[in-house]
Amino acid sequence: MSGEKKAPYIVPIGPTHPALKEPVMFTFEMDGEVIRDVDFAPGQTHRGIEWMGMRRNPVQIVHLTDRICGICGVSHTLAFSRAVEQVAGIEVPERADYIRTIIAEFERIQSHLLWAGVAAHELGFDSLLHLTWRVREQSMDVIENLTGNRVNYALVQVGGVRRDIVPEQHRIIEDCLSTYEGLLGKLLDLFLHDKTIAMRCRNIGFLSRDDALKLCTVGPTARASGVNVDLRQDYPYCAYGDLDIRAILPDQHLGETRGDVYDRIVVRLLEVGQSCGIVRQCLSEMPAGEITAEPKLAKLLAICKKARGEAIGRVEAPRGECFHYVMMDGKESPVAWKVKASSYSNLMSWIPMLKGEQIADIPIVVASIDPCLSCTDRVAVVRGGSRSILSKDDLHRLSVEKTRRMQQ
Amino acid sequence: MMPTPSFNRSLWAFHFNSGSCNGCEIEIVAAITPRYDPERFGIKLVGSPRHADVLVVTGPVVKKMKDRLIRVYNQIPDPKLVMCVGTCGISGGVFHTSYNLDGPVDEVIPVDVYVPGCPPRPEAIIHGVVAAWAKLERLEGGSA
Repeated sequence: MSGEKKAPYIVPIGPTHPALKEPVMFTFEMDGEVIRDVDFAPGQTHRGIEWMGMRRNPVQIVHLTDRICGICGVSHTLAFSRAVEQVAGIEVPERADYIRTIIAEFERIQSHLLWAGVAAHELGFDSLLHLTWRVREQSMDVIENLTGNRVNYALVQVGGVRRDIVPEQHRIIEDCLSTYEGLLGKLLDLFLHDKTIAMRCRNIGFLSRDDALKLCTVGPTARASGVNVDLRQDYPYCAYGDLDIRAILPDQHLGETRGDVYDRIVVRLLEVGQSCGIVRQCLSEMPAGEITAEPKLAKLLAICKKARGEAIGRVEAPRGECFHYVMMDGKESPVAWKVKASSYSNLMSWIPMLKGEQIADIPIVVASIDPCLSCTDRVAVVRGGSRSILSKDDLHRLSVEKTRRMQQ
Repeated sequence: MMPTPSFNRSLWAFHFNSGSCNGCEIEIVAAITPRYDPERFGIKLVGSPRHADVLVVTGPVVKKMKDRLIRVYNQIPDPKLVMCVGTCGISGGVFHTSYNLDGPVDEVIPVDVYVPGCPPRPEAIIHGVVAAWAKLERLEGGSA
């Protein structure tokens, strides 16, 4: 062989691939086993939710936001409801704020356990997948007990919540929390002291603190790189202002922050323990009172119909900041509604993470940011039957035009 | 002792996400994990459509995924069955007014078993697989 370099070859992965739980299209430029460059094309789950939302009323949209993502439905409904409540000037009762906090934390518990199982599966450690999913079922039972559904709970409504937590349910919740607190040590031990997991996750999928900041990464992905961000601590909403919450960073547990896949596991598992503490504190401090500002939906819609103005709702979803912008103009449906899900901010961090890694590391690195593409896919545009993906400049231009249009 | 001829082999399923919200995905995975454990009857998810007997489709079929769904369907060897999990694949569900749908699923590929729910419970998904199994048995009874 001469010393000549061969041209890199291209490995396409997706949109349907056993290692990917959701449709996304990757194009890897390979040099031997090493990834030289990577590009990805989301957009395979774009359903036009915002477009549909601008033709429905806020009460209907709440049920649509639940289905933006089946895993972090509460975060989306909560962010949307908070935005509408600010526009319409609806004061949420304190008890509803506590119930919203409890269900949001249960969502975080089940989401992080779900992720831990998927991560174990991507490493080929299927017995750990089955263990985490078995223990996850208990949180699903509690969620079903509280809301009546396992997924897409529809608990949060504009103005409050739709179901109360009665004293008989406290015991069920407490049972679940103490089980998880007991299990957490075992899970940490299994994930962090296992040789295989350490081998596959230490110094893999590295994301430096600078890159995390530059790419506007949010949530556990950012915290694992040492960025101290957590909306529950920085901009408390619901009941979080009354609680003492500190963002979980890997150096609290390991003494150092590297920003690799291993650190992301640590952050998520420790957050399960943190969420258990938050739920317990909420249960003991929950005040009595109403659970919704306006139980009659017709009246609620009349209030929303009169509302004029714009607002944003921000919520710390299991994957990071979930952001909803709503503008209402005295009509039944909002004039503008924009969703920025947490995975949207996190996807770009795939590129520095994947460069220089091997093909076999793709599944775990891709899974390590806990991507949720059904949350993210909302940039594809269809006009006159032909479809195109807009470039950043195009989007910016459209966005400026729209702002001007709405100012008129 | 063989209860029925279709117990001669295990039923393998391939899961295809055509633009779902993930709710059905996590319930499908929940259905194959230890609480329900259908693998004791040989039911499991496989990584390639060429190994599958049943195609499990979730989601309302967004335009970008239509061609892929047809391709995956054609890759599954006969006799095959299609199971549509979730309301949005059956009728469009909450997404029925969307501009970006080519669905519901049965307008793209023939569907044998419908599992309604948003999302359906794991029990319902397993019940759907059992219904698919019965149908596969009828199909094979005709040819074998």
